[in-house]
Amino acid sequence: MSGKAVKEQSMVKQKELIQDHYHELSRAPETGRKVIYTFVPGNLTELFRAFDLLPVYPEINALQSAMRQKSTLFINEAERAGHAEDVCTYVKTDIGMLRRGNVGPSGEKLPPPDLLVLSYTGCFTFMKWFELLRQEYDCPVVMLHTPYQGDGKITPSMVRYMVEQMRTEVIPALEKVSGIKYDEDRLKEAMALSESAETDLVAVLESAKHRPSPIDGYFGGVYYIGPIFNAFRGTPEAAEYYRMLRGEVEERMAQGLGPVTPDGLLANEKFRLVVEGPPNWTSFREFWKMFHEEGAVVVASTYTKVGGLYDTGFRHDKEHPLESLAHYCMGCYTNNNLPQRIDLLERYARDYSADGLLVNSVKSCNSFSAGQLLMLREFEKRTGLPGGFIETDLVDARYFSAANVKNRIESYLQMITQKRAPSARAEA
Amino acid sequence: MKAFVGIDLGSTTTKAVFLDESGQVLGRGITNSRSSYDLAAKIARDEARVSARFALLERSLKADEGLAAEAERLRSELIAHFHRHQQLVQLGRLREIAFVEAHAPRVAAIAEPLRERLAVILDAMEAEEKRPRLGILAKQTSEFFRDRAASAFSRLAEERADSTVKFGDLMGIFDKAILQVENTSFELKFDDSLREAAAELVPAMGAEQGQRLIRVVETSLDIDLDEVRTIGTGYGRQRLPFAKEDIRSEILCHGLGAHAQFPGTRTVLDIGGQDTKAIQVDENGIVTSFQMNDRCAAGCGRYLGYIADEMSLGVHELGPIAQQSTRHVHIASTCTVFAGAELRDRLTAGQRREDILAGLHRAVILRAVALLARSGGVEEQFTFTGGVANNPAAVDALQELVHENYGARTLNISPGSIYTGALGAALFALRAGEERWEAA
Repeated sequence: MSGKAVKEQSMVKQKELIQDHYHELSRAPETGRKVIYTFVPGNLTELFRAFDLLPVYPEINALQSAMRQKSTLFINEAERAGHAEDVCTYVKTDIGMLRRGNVGPSGEKLPPPDLLVLSYTGCFTFMKWFELLRQEYDCPVVMLHTPYQGDGKITPSMVRYMVEQMRTEVIPALEKVSGIKYDEDRLKEAMALSESAETDLVAVLESAKHRPSPIDGYFGGVYYIGPIFNAFRGTPEAAEYYRMLRGEVEERMAQGLGPVTPDGLLANEKFRLVVEGPPNWTSFREFWKMFHEEGAVVVASTYTKVGGLYDTGFRHDKEHPLESLAHYCMGCYTNNNLPQRIDLLERYARDYSADGLLVNSVKSCNSFSAGQLLMLREFEKRTGLPGGFIETDLVDARYFSAANVKNRIESYLQMITQKRAPSARAEA
Repeated sequence: MKAFVGIDLGSTTTKAVFLDESGQVLGRGITNSRSSYDLAAKIARDEARVSARFALLERSLKADEGLAAEAERLRSELIAHFHRHQQLVQLGRLREIAFVEAHAPRVAAIAEPLRERLAVILDAMEAEEKRPRLGILAKQTSEFFRDRAASAFSRLAEERADSTVKFGDLMGIFDKAILQVENTSFELKFDDSLREAAAELVPAMGAEQGQRLIRVVETSLDIDLDEVRTIGTGYGRQRLPFAKEDIRSEILCHGLGAHAQFPGTRTVLDIGGQDTKAIQVDENGIVTSFQMNDRCAAGCGRYLGYIADEMSLGVHELGPIAQQSTRHVHIASTCTVFAGAELRDRLTAGQRREDILAGLHRAVILRAVALLARSGGVEEQFTFTGGVANNPAAVDALQELVHENYGARTLNISPGSIYTGALGAALFALRAGEERWEAA
């Protein structure tokens, strides 16, 4: 590790984008702009933009609350209100935040929703979550049912089913709340901008195939996916951000530089890992440090695909806007079945020349955690690479035991070293 | 002679192992882990070094034509003399501190009679120490001074206590003093102690034999025991005063240690004080997969420790009692504290102590079996390590559950299983040393 953390231009740009968005949201009661709440996976951002709607993502508020060390307070608040310890901690952080004044990550108050758009159902908790918010805010919900890829494929009838729901339920609901008529040309325009941003994002993520990797595809990756998973997909600003980011990353790659971490440049790449599962947000920096101080770089992660799986070829398509939104919703990582997830992990290990797979199993999220051990075993069998398993939580600080996590990570990395060392093969 | 050292700093005990260049165990040491990890590591290392010294002495004795036949007996007697000397030094230190404590303002009202009784008790302890007692030789090294002193002191204090100086007053002084004795490392002066021990044996031997013994002792003392490399592991490994490259995870050390003890090992289960590890290793002892208990210690040694406290029993007594069980009792394994409540509840309901204890052992092992499943199952052969491996009821439950889930498996338990992690660390020290020489 050497050098000081440098704020790259793209980081400044991203910060501005997000701040402007929260500011715009806080002014919504004055400007009269309508607000919808929706989820990251399967989000219909381009469609919302076509109705001048401002989206809020409760999951992002929850994770940002955790990074600002507020989630414990919010979770306690929700538990006092009767939400049990075992309930998803994203939900409780959101409910707690709402009950304590709904001040968002930027420090400004968030407006209440005019409509809740439940556009992804691969997570069953999402349904219960919006059921709770509907009660809290006394506002309507529109639901777009996303069929799970149980058989590992998207069939034409699944696409038709989703497009039909969009035409008969989602679009009319958006028209009603915004007072604006559906204009498919506006949607197509946004789709073209999405496609450009997605192609640049894929180039950024795939830069990690290079040795040394110029990026960390997990801890750094969550910043890179920020705008595209957030309110900005399909905007000119997001397209520009990804162009800028790609330029910076390609420059780093050309110079043979490693990733930038909060503690400076990672100069000595020793381990290349694939990580499955979301990160812990309450101790995000500490968690990252456990990797980078050992020279471990995450070259590919599945978490960075929850809001869209683009590196297998999918792009939003302006020629078929609603159909491609349907494909997008059904293609998100947690909507893939277990064999698909294993195939993806195997592909990552191969394409990114990884040393192994580390699973971070979070207590809160069954959409992720169910089946992870099975995936790990199958991965080990197929690739012969070592697997590791750690347990934390998303935003509940009570489930992050730093000493235990560090111990597992160190043990895992030493296990990789031991398997590599030729002298280690000698009889003990 | 080159020595390679492994130190395993556990949550309950700290272990050290010395290996020679061929990977043979030269010496082992164990002590209570305490607030000062550095000190625990130093004491375990000193003890292992002494036991390595005695191993070298035995080699020298066996190499001497005249003494070879009696080598083992002589070694045992020398160790006995040496340890007696060592205990007396510690007892002297205990006396010193106890008298300082007896001057504290807290006990000013009874100072005079308190000091009087302390002197009587400590004299008696010293007299007991000086009495020859060859019979318990083998046990001595694994026995802590604290435990021996505590049992002697409390027995004598009970005899001496009265309405003026109460039992609690005497034990209060002892508790303060023993803590300080434990937390100071004293110079062992090995060479002098061994010479003294040899001198005590000589009169009973023939003149020629006596001369030989003195010569052999000197020869063995001339061997330079050079600790070329030390590797640390265990719960407190970050606190060991070692460089990062000299530290290995306990997972790797247990895997390698178990492989060295039983080369056929493919699955290792280690149940220690506060963590349980399920480890899969390949034919070279290289770890291929592992799982540890994360958010809860209900499947660990502490669970049994807690139960022993609840029942006012020693933890070593639990297993033999549980083995008397005749009826199957199911106990939930989710929480240590709840298990205590369940235990009291069942005792009140009239269930038999041995049946409940057997159920509790099974509960601990059920957690371990779940962890084994997560790590990839139980392969042939299966090695069980850690403090809980010494508990016969835990072993019975494990054998039964492994058989139910995986069929017939060879279950290995080494008598030195508590040293498995330190042994693995020492093997890493040996390898690291070799690599450095190759690179040079």
